[in-house]
Amino acid sequence: MNAEAVVFWVFSIVTVASAAVVVLSRTLIYSAFALLFTFFGVAGLYVLLGADFLAATQLLVYVGGILVLLLFGVMLTHKIYDLDLKTDTTQLAPGLIVAVGLFVILSATAVRTQWMGLARPPAPTTSEIGRLFLGQYLLPFEAASLLLLVALMGAAMIVRRRRDA
Amino acid sequence: MISLQHYLVVSAALFSLGILGLLTRRNAVHVLMSIELILNAANINLVAFSRFAAGNLGGQIFGVFVIVVAASEVAVGLAIVLTLYRLRRTPNLDEADILKG
Repeated sequence: MNAEAVVFWVFSIVTVASAAVVVLSRTLIYSAFALLFTFFGVAGLYVLLGADFLAATQLLVYVGGILVLLLFGVMLTHKIYDLDLKTDTTQLAPGLIVAVGLFVILSATAVRTQWMGLARPPAPTTSEIGRLFLGQYLLPFEAASLLLLVALMGAAMIVRRRRDA
Repeated sequence: MISLQHYLVVSAALFSLGILGLLTRRNAVHVLMSIELILNAANINLVAFSRFAAGNLGGQIFGVFVIVVAASEVAVGLAIVLTLYRLRRTPNLDEADILKG
């Protein structure tokens, strides 16, 4: 087993195990912290895939932004010292059947298909991504910035406390 | 040798766990976390195909867009959850039935 395989298995196990904790943990705050390890594991997989820019973005946006937002969500909808939060689990058996069936079908498809195509040799991607964003993908790039602006204003608008209410 | 299939199977496991969370969890914040797992699984697929099968950076570009959409989604989603909590004093999605006639 070479070094790449070792690193891959370590990151995969970290990712999937902490994702299982996220889903199955009964305590919401444990789920939020397990999500941190999932995001780190996925960032590690990105590095292994030669996506250095995307790995850095993952750490900045997911760990620095989305996870903090989710923690705010946990703390604003619960009392923080209330460790045995009521997190109801319903339909566990049907959900398990659907999830396991989905996993079997997806991985069987992934393993049995003869994927063809050419591999991209690992190389620094940041400058190339920047060139693509300001060239070929300029319109989606601008649309994404507009989406962020709209989401920002919409979120502020929704949580605003109305004066007459 | 780690191949494309390895990444696809890891991504499938992450996606299935996210689906399991969506189906079994009733807490709104928990459901948002499961959606993040699903988006991450999709992103691993995009980057893996970009590395092994596409020969260009298109997959990574789409990965950046997925992250942008995830950030917007979680901001607006949490805003809705907080408003619901203020209105109903519960994060339980089953009790969010105000629109029911």
